[in-house]
Amino acid sequence: MPSRLMIFLLGSMLAVGSVALAQEAGEVEVIAPPAEPVAVAASSPVDVLLHDGLFYLFAAVAVVSSLGVVFSGNIVRTATWLFGTLGAVAALFFLMYANFLGAIQLIVYAGGILILIVFGVMLTSKSPWMRFNPKPAEVFGGCVVCGALLVTLISILLRTNWSAAARPRETSHSVADFGQALLTDYLIPFEAASVLLLAVMIGAAFLARPEK
Amino acid sequence: MTRASVPWTPPREPEHGVFASMIAWSASRIYDLAKPIVTRGAGLLMSAAVVGTMLLVWANRLVFDYVDGLLMAPGIEVPAGHVVGQTLSWAEFSDAIASRELPGLLAPLLFPLQFGLTRELIGMVAIVSFVSLVAMFGIWWERKVAGRIQSRTGPMRVGGWHGWAQTPADGLKLITKEDLIPADADRILFRLAPYLAFVPALVAFLALPFGTYYVVRDLDVGLIFILAMLGIEVLGVILAGWASNNKWSVYGAMREACQMVSYEIPLGMNLLIPIMCAGALKLTTVGDLQDGGWFTWLAFRTPFTFIASLAYCVAALASCKRAPFDLPESESELVAGFHTEYSGFRWSLFFFAEYAAMFAVSALATILFFGAWYSPLPMSWAPTGTGLGDRFVQGLFFNGPLWFVGKCTFLLYVQIWIRWTLPRIRIDQVLYSCIQVMLPLAMVLLLGNTFWLLLDHPGNSMFASFSKGVSVVLGLIGMAVMFGLVGIVLYGRMNRRRLVGTLARDLLAGS
Repeated sequence: MPSRLMIFLLGSMLAVGSVALAQEAGEVEVIAPPAEPVAVAASSPVDVLLHDGLFYLFAAVAVVSSLGVVFSGNIVRTATWLFGTLGAVAALFFLMYANFLGAIQLIVYAGGILILIVFGVMLTSKSPWMRFNPKPAEVFGGCVVCGALLVTLISILLRTNWSAAARPRETSHSVADFGQALLTDYLIPFEAASVLLLAVMIGAAFLARPEK
Repeated sequence: MTRASVPWTPPREPEHGVFASMIAWSASRIYDLAKPIVTRGAGLLMSAAVVGTMLLVWANRLVFDYVDGLLMAPGIEVPAGHVVGQTLSWAEFSDAIASRELPGLLAPLLFPLQFGLTRELIGMVAIVSFVSLVAMFGIWWERKVAGRIQSRTGPMRVGGWHGWAQTPADGLKLITKEDLIPADADRILFRLAPYLAFVPALVAFLALPFGTYYVVRDLDVGLIFILAMLGIEVLGVILAGWASNNKWSVYGAMREACQMVSYEIPLGMNLLIPIMCAGALKLTTVGDLQDGGWFTWLAFRTPFTFIASLAYCVAALASCKRAPFDLPESESELVAGFHTEYSGFRWSLFFFAEYAAMFAVSALATILFFGAWYSPLPMSWAPTGTGLGDRFVQGLFFNGPLWFVGKCTFLLYVQIWIRWTLPRIRIDQVLYSCIQVMLPLAMVLLLGNTFWLLLDHPGNSMFASFSKGVSVVLGLIGMAVMFGLVGIVLYGRMNRRRLVGTLARDLLAGS
């Protein structure tokens, strides 16, 4: 089981690393600057200060909550820290005027997935205080994989063109545009996702069937 | 021989918190000072306070509009380099005030009101006070209604007129209670959980419009935002049960969370049905669609929205854990519920959250089904001027937060009424009715409404007229229900001596 996990992690690391290298070679433009210069809303210095201040606040909350998830010893507190992370990410979405995405993040992640995690944690843990005893080989493998991921992410971040034109637009896509896009341009992923949900529901109903 | 020879000394009282003591002391002093006036004229004072609040809100709107239009009036010279819609600098603002021949004192008062930040602060203060008032009023009203349904009178003493001060008095008592946390409970989560339950209910009001222009943030995904906030409350409930270090709290919390989460599905699906009629998730758009009087209300638009309004009310009751779906709360009477170990102010936070959520779901029902902030009279009958008198008539009779709050209060009353009338149902019956009754019903309504709206367009004149006829019939059914309700109330009022139980007969004679 751990070997399959390691293979999966190594494979994903290779994929991400190759993407970063390809971007450096300039053949694949993964993170493209916006095509047309986006109009920045005329805002007073107070607005800009507030916007930046809130961004740093929510980013700090997200980072601290993620660290809390990793370093907390009590499994239920881990789930609570995760709620902090998800909430901060939703707040960052709202700051970028991506209202729909922020609301969906709150409904699906904070109101659905997190509750499922908390249910699972509460009903299956023998005691709330976890003790992990990893073997040295697992620790080494984890450090290698995470280190590679860190290097890859930092190189991508340093190579992206964070120009001033990349500020979030005042007017985001409307929900009507989302609906149109989902049913015209992105129809196949939409239908694939619904088939996946159907499979999940059938699986759940099968697992929860009454024993004869 | 007797133990009575040893005088019993009461145990030394635990120290109260300084803050709580200060609040309690100042509140009791104020009450002592105000008692003569309050106990005699409390009814009058309360009505005056309600009217005063409505006028204050209206004045607020007028002032905001005035500040907005300060540069728009003819004859005012726009300073060079000023973009219309941008905020004015201090010099420009005082010039505009002076050129309108208003007292110079108004300039510093009105200047901050240009900025969005100030308006949002005012909005947030308004929301927090409104939610607190709704919770206080809801608790008092529930006790009165419960009393009357049970042939007794409910609170009558505290504050004079029908015990209106019962809730603040209870709140003071709860603040001064001992701060109990169970021995092995998770202290941090125990303290956090009530806030996780209360704050989302409060934040949901940020996107809730009370009128076309009375909303703090008119989100284009307002409905989804409110649903998201009502869904986060579940987390507070689960953590409260867990952090109490009490098996029965955990079981109660699990059942509760299960019920709330399951009923969110039919809740959301039933809310999608009027959204389909409106074509937008923006709540002000949906509300403004219903401005043509009683028959344009979305509940009467198609038979599917009619049934959806009733199904939504049922799902909302279950999602708020109100009767008849209040098994988790009844377990707190019998065995344990998620808030067994909570006492004092933390417990009252859970109750504030419950009443705030009740108001929020009533507000959603009002906006999406029952005409939002429009009265049953069509707007075409309303005066169209923008003068003060015209706006007053509009706000009173046709359109405005007054109607919105009135309708929400009525729906709140229906929720309280149902709670004290129907027996509660078991948890397996609750989940059965969700998954096997409400969910298929919601799906059928969704499909049916889709096909109905597909066929109902002006090109298809036969179906369009049929649809209009059905809408009128549904409106008439709704009117019959409303008049029937009013008739029942009048009948009860006229025969109140005969209908009430023997115990309360004498007390009710003078009220």
